[in-house]
Amino acid sequence: MAIKQLSIFVENREGTLVEVTDAIAKAEVDIRAMSVADTNDFGIFRLIVTDYDKAKAALEEANCFVSITEVVGVAIEDKPGSLAKVIKLLAQNNINIEYMYAFITISRQFAYVVLRVADNAAAEKILVENGISLISDDDIENL
Amino acid sequence: MITLHNHYYQPEVETMAVDDIKKLQEEKFLKQVRHVYDNVPYYRDLCAKKGVSIDDIKSLDDIKKLPFLSKDDLREAYPYGMLATDIKDCVRIQSTSGTTGKRVVAFYTQNDIDLWEECCARAIVAAGGSNEDVVQVCYGYGLFTGGPGLNGGSHKVGSLTLPMSSGNTERQIQFMMDLNATILCCTPSYAAYIGESLKERGYKPEDNKLKAGIFGAEPWTEEMRRDIEKSLGIKAYDIYGLTETSGPGVSFECEEQQGMHINEDHFYAEIIDPETGEVLPEGSKGELVFTSLDKEAFPLIRYRTRDITVLTREKCSCGRTFIRMKKPMGRSDDMMIIRGVNVFPSQIEAVLLNNGYAPNYQIIVDRVNNTDTFDVNVEMLPEDFSDTPKKITKKEKELQAAMKTMLGINPTIHLVAPKTIARSEGKAVRVIDKRKRLGISI
Repeated sequence: MAIKQLSIFVENREGTLVEVTDAIAKAEVDIRAMSVADTNDFGIFRLIVTDYDKAKAALEEANCFVSITEVVGVAIEDKPGSLAKVIKLLAQNNINIEYMYAFITISRQFAYVVLRVADNAAAEKILVENGISLISDDDIENL
Repeated sequence: MITLHNHYYQPEVETMAVDDIKKLQEEKFLKQVRHVYDNVPYYRDLCAKKGVSIDDIKSLDDIKKLPFLSKDDLREAYPYGMLATDIKDCVRIQSTSGTTGKRVVAFYTQNDIDLWEECCARAIVAAGGSNEDVVQVCYGYGLFTGGPGLNGGSHKVGSLTLPMSSGNTERQIQFMMDLNATILCCTPSYAAYIGESLKERGYKPEDNKLKAGIFGAEPWTEEMRRDIEKSLGIKAYDIYGLTETSGPGVSFECEEQQGMHINEDHFYAEIIDPETGEVLPEGSKGELVFTSLDKEAFPLIRYRTRDITVLTREKCSCGRTFIRMKKPMGRSDDMMIIRGVNVFPSQIEAVLLNNGYAPNYQIIVDRVNNTDTFDVNVEMLPEDFSDTPKKITKKEKELQAAMKTMLGINPTIHLVAPKTIARSEGKAVRVIDKRKRLGISI
């Protein structure tokens, strides 16, 4: 069920993000979610896209350094307290969230969130058992 | 107990009294200077430019008056300008890799080759070799001196020689195991690689019959020596040489592993200040300079090796009386002084190789608020990159600690994406010293 996330190594200098976003644009791939982790020297640009194979090929063509990680995609109801519920569930089951970020897509019913945990399968099992919907790579294409 | 004759290849010279060595060197030197002066117009011109005549050279001490030769001279004199005999007296050439510019071509008479091979034979015997050994030579054969030198030395000792040349690790391992090789000759990095490959194939260090390795032709560290010794179950010996003087075997290690004995009956060594050219006393750190005392075809007088080392005449318990040189710390033309410490790119390269990184790096030195900054960019290993900075930051810290151990000062390591540092063979790209641009004296 886990979804594929692209991580792109970007040096902290002008223009590196331009190269990355240009490559994705040229490949005609849509970005559905993103976040950046940064240090003094470099950043890691994380993306959920509509076609990760195509995006990865285009990025590598543009000499970007890319890796693919599996993360958990969660669809939570768009109302107060839904995110807190998910996080509490994971905490109660000792599943630590390394990082999380939200999708750009706006729907009236759901907010989509990316969760990075050590054990995807364990997190997914707990969430599904508690009636929380997950999203797959196929869903992302149709969002 | 080791019996003398198994211990030395030529005991009469290897254990000669120091005074006798000096007398022998002086005798050979005076003859050699005359030979070069008479037959190499290029060197005669250099002498004239320096205002020295052959008549001024009456003792070995007078060597100080003579001009140095550098790699640039050899390039300028390429191909025949340094040849001191007729071509009809020469039987072979060897050549440098040419990675730092035009190749240097060295010529050999049959006698030159015999003496060179004897030097290599001394190294093999010092590593415990005899006619009962199986010597696997996986230095490259051809223009490179490594293969031909150790091959010839092994013949002289009477060992069974496996002329493997470099590469094809599968075949190296097959021959090593099937033919019970006892002495391995190759570069230290290839020895480390063979060690890993054996492990991958499920062999333990005691499964092979190797007892010793003779490793040279690239910089390596004591740490690397211990790793190789452990992974192959051998004793690892260092060997030094350069194409310009003959090839490997200019100096070699004995079982004490405390520096390499220079074959002083064939080579006269000096240590000079690389800046002023002044000869430094024994024990000083400086640039190593060699004079070939016996070479006929390509005899170099005062050739600047660019290698920085220290010589010691201290008594060695192996019984050899030849002066010893420390493993070169780096090249004089590459030396940087950072926060008052001498740093050589070769040291950084050795740390990278020892830690599994490609020797592809860039050093950036600058001065901020009167303090030197020292940054090293290194290409990360693809497997160290995932989706968080944690692993990269951890790897940077580990590499920094390894550098500190080797250099004595702390560089800031920046891991960068693979294949982003230009693969140039020149030195300028390796080091960016911004202090020079600022006109700061360093």
